[in-house]
Amino acid sequence: MGDLTSAFTEAGRLIAGADSELYAIVALSLRVSLTAVVVAAMIGLPLGAIVAITRFPGRDAVIVAFNALMGLPPVVVGLLVYLALSRAGPLGPLGLLFTPTAMIVAQTILIAPIIAGLSRQTLEDAWQEYAEQLRSLGATPLRGGLTLLWDTRFSLVTIVLAGFGRAAAEVGAVMIVGGNIDGVTRVMTTAIALETSKGDLPLALGLGVILVTLVIAVNAAAQLIKSAAQRRYG
Amino acid sequence: MLPLLLDNVCFAAGGHTIIDGVTCEIASGPRTIILGPNGAGKSVLMRLCHGLLTPSAGRIEWSGNGSHRRLHAQAMVFQRPVMLRRSALANVTYGLELAGVSRRERELRAQDVLDVVGLAHLAQRPARVLSGGEQQKLALARAWALGPEVLFLDEPTANLDPGATREVETIVGQIRASGTKIVMTTHNLGQARRLGDEILFISAGRLVERAPVDRFFIQPASAEAAAFIRGELPWS
Repeated sequence: MGDLTSAFTEAGRLIAGADSELYAIVALSLRVSLTAVVVAAMIGLPLGAIVAITRFPGRDAVIVAFNALMGLPPVVVGLLVYLALSRAGPLGPLGLLFTPTAMIVAQTILIAPIIAGLSRQTLEDAWQEYAEQLRSLGATPLRGGLTLLWDTRFSLVTIVLAGFGRAAAEVGAVMIVGGNIDGVTRVMTTAIALETSKGDLPLALGLGVILVTLVIAVNAAAQLIKSAAQRRYG
Repeated sequence: MLPLLLDNVCFAAGGHTIIDGVTCEIASGPRTIILGPNGAGKSVLMRLCHGLLTPSAGRIEWSGNGSHRRLHAQAMVFQRPVMLRRSALANVTYGLELAGVSRRERELRAQDVLDVVGLAHLAQRPARVLSGGEQQKLALARAWALGPEVLFLDEPTANLDPGATREVETIVGQIRASGTKIVMTTHNLGQARRLGDEILFISAGRLVERAPVDRFFIQPASAEAAAFIRGELPWS
């Protein structure tokens, strides 16, 4: 118990004292996961909109695929990206393995289906309501899709933030493709795993506290945005 | 582009025939009321005319060159208004933008039409927080701003209280006075009398009777219409 207490105390000291190692790790985590979520949103939202408002053969299969991919295990994504980027792999010559870029790629693959799948559901519900009116006003499918994305923007923000939460919290994919190299590819989750196994609890705990705080803050922000928008715009 | 010609139009969905061989001509001028019991196919017939549905058999033709649907010469207001998540004014300018109206002109026309329907003071208010009656007036304004030759109204007052119903009916009168042909569905006999010049009576997907309003209510030619006017349920 004493160990735990001192570990928490030490963790608090690291956070409050702006420990440079700790903050470098936090900064890299944010850079990787925020970039991944932006790229995943640029891929996932249009895909979700296309599937929501168009009808084509195999559409049900695409929806099943989205939903299945939402539960993709991070280690499997990590393994596949590792194979693609390893020296013998098809993208080996790019030399991206064990770089932050590789981690961004892996996290993008991990969360793009989440954003696509959840936004598809939201957009399809909205489309039920909007379709006739928009067609009556003469909207093309492209214009209708853009209108739909704009009108559901507050729900979509929540979905994108959920994707960010998933990216920031996963350890398997970034561990495999990043390699947890000190000062290069070490992020919060991989550092926690490493420090815990080494027995350096204060750094692990300090990072854990920051990570949990971050995830709670992101979700609180999502909730605030949504309820404020609901009051303001109906 | 009127008259609108319907030639033996049928519409089936999920194995059910909803519209069954309707042939008629809808000409400019008189206000046309599509009357009939719930489930008769009034709304489907209107959606076919507007082009939101495609007939499974038969032809629908606007006069003029070719058969392609001239979208911007017609507009429709639905039973439940669909408000975009933006201001009342932006809901009107959205329709005008799709119709290809220039940015400056959009704003002016939207302000004008909101003024006429009595919503000018709510122009900047988010449309989705307006009351049901205000939303339906806004939907009318959005359609009217397009300057349509024909306006289709699908039971526009079905969800409204008497006060809002009166206001909507007044606006429909103004739209008509501005030279727009009115085609409206309703199952409300009083409204049909107040707003209609001619009645298309629909029952079970068929056009049963077409008559001027006065004659229709005094001397309906068909048993179905007579029963409907007497308030009997068609299946009893």
